[in-house]
Amino acid sequence: MKRQLARRSVGYLWILPALVLLLVFVYYPIVENFRLSLYSWNAFRPVPKFVGLNNYQRVFADPVFWTAIVNNVWYAVVSVAFQVGIALVLAALLEGVVAPRLRGVLRTVYFIPATISITIVGLLFRIIYQPEGLLNAFLGLFGVESTRAWLGEQETAIGSVIAMSQWQNLGYTTMLFVVAIQRIPKEYYEAALVDGAGAVRTFFSVTVPLVREMTTLLMIVTISGAFLVFNEIMATTQGGPNNSSQVLGTWLYQSAFKNDDMGYATVIAVVIFVFTFTAALLQLAYSRLRRVEQ
Amino acid sequence: MSVTKLSADAVASRAVRGRRRFRITPLRVLIGVLLAALAVVVLYPLLWMAISGFKTNAELFGDAWGLPAQWRFSNYVQAWDYGVVHYIFNSLVVTVGSIVLVTLVSSFAAFALVQVRIPLGQPILMLILGGLMLSETVALVPLFRIMRSLDLYNTLIGIIILYTAFRIPFTTFLIRAYMIDLPTELRDAAIVDGASLWQMFWRVTLPLCYPILISAAILQALFSWNEFVFALVFIKDDALKTMPVGLMALQSKLTTNWPVVFAGLTISAIPMVLAFLFGQRHFVRGITEGLGK
Repeated sequence: MKRQLARRSVGYLWILPALVLLLVFVYYPIVENFRLSLYSWNAFRPVPKFVGLNNYQRVFADPVFWTAIVNNVWYAVVSVAFQVGIALVLAALLEGVVAPRLRGVLRTVYFIPATISITIVGLLFRIIYQPEGLLNAFLGLFGVESTRAWLGEQETAIGSVIAMSQWQNLGYTTMLFVVAIQRIPKEYYEAALVDGAGAVRTFFSVTVPLVREMTTLLMIVTISGAFLVFNEIMATTQGGPNNSSQVLGTWLYQSAFKNDDMGYATVIAVVIFVFTFTAALLQLAYSRLRRVEQ
Repeated sequence: MSVTKLSADAVASRAVRGRRRFRITPLRVLIGVLLAALAVVVLYPLLWMAISGFKTNAELFGDAWGLPAQWRFSNYVQAWDYGVVHYIFNSLVVTVGSIVLVTLVSSFAAFALVQVRIPLGQPILMLILGGLMLSETVALVPLFRIMRSLDLYNTLIGIIILYTAFRIPFTTFLIRAYMIDLPTELRDAAIVDGASLWQMFWRVTLPLCYPILISAAILQALFSWNEFVFALVFIKDDALKTMPVGLMALQSKLTTNWPVVFAGLTISAIPMVLAFLFGQRHFVRGITEGLGK
């Protein structure tokens, strides 16, 4: 008994490294961020000065902040449409229509962009999107003469980055849906076949309900990811032209490390926290719910 | 659920199985063509990147579709010499370093929670898993001060520590879930044999966790290899930059020489693509399990 107790208190040593790292590098800075959002400081005034909610007022009155939010929302909407909606259809087509031997090849090909660093993809698309780049050359094949600088014009900059992001990530979620579909017992499909259900009917009454869990999880993960977007923008437009493609992440970075306005940046961090924390809570609540249902 | 409406007795009918053969119909052909077209849309830009790496600037912008008149391997050599090799090396260091550290620290934690069953395990678990809800960006500004005051700013070890700390919640979650399902007989036998916790961890628990450690390592590799925010903010010297940030620097060094940049991009893309092609099974298993995050 005594030995057992000794074992148990020694047990804390095992958990200590994880706790120390978490508290010092994850929890403390996030708590500190909330506190600092009430202060003003920069390189010239390294000692923070209490300013109350002034930073919040400045952020909410800033049109660039709202542009960033709208862009993040756009990112989320388009990403859910492609990486959840279209990815599910794509996975169902792969599993249901394509000859087994080809399936694996296509899935692998679709997944490849997801293994490549976003920076690489971003720099590549900078050239693809140039006036004399691949996209305009491609449009030319269909008789559409375009000299548009896709990333250089306010109307198309953020849309082009979002499109690139879909190109990169579609295969990743498709792969996850393929795994989910493969886990559906074959009997369901056989029953649908016997009942004379067509492919579309089978998709909606067998596949969709039985991958619902994956769909919900991916939706939450995708939305949460859309509010953390950073690298995609930095590697392509860096928020330009004229801040038209700023997102919360890049605007935070620019406020803190380019404009040297730390207090302002911490407020953006609080906003990002609210979005991603809510998404995480939803995810948690949902997986709890599923566990109770099962 | 509507599934149950599809006559249950048909489920028993095994005869159906043989009948599910592949018939070629016009619709199938159309879908096949579309899926193949998508494969081209996915692959062509990457192929184009690799080929453009052999071109001259004039060829790249004058004739986007064409092949280079002369395959300039020198572009690849030049990209390599411009520092791509350093960036890849630094990325390898932080990737391997954080894989080792995060799997070890998280296995320790899971071991304490599951097998040693320390008192107050539940609140501690909550504290660890709560980290799943926090993201790097939110901590960025205060971390900047912390990293400076701990002398971890502009060091690879600092980056490894951050990559570890932010991935402990997820990795512990993954390993703990696996440890819970381990058979208890071996553990009990080890206790009867008078093995210390240390021996038990290394000889019994860790070897049994091997499959989940592989998944954890792959997910960590995908994270560290591509991580950008911390690498951008906390590394200043070009010699210490990791690949995702280094390539941005390469591009600004070579502003007008895009073929060499493309050569550098291609070189940097190859390791992870190869790792995926050869270890696809593990990747898929890893990302499926990784959906907890």
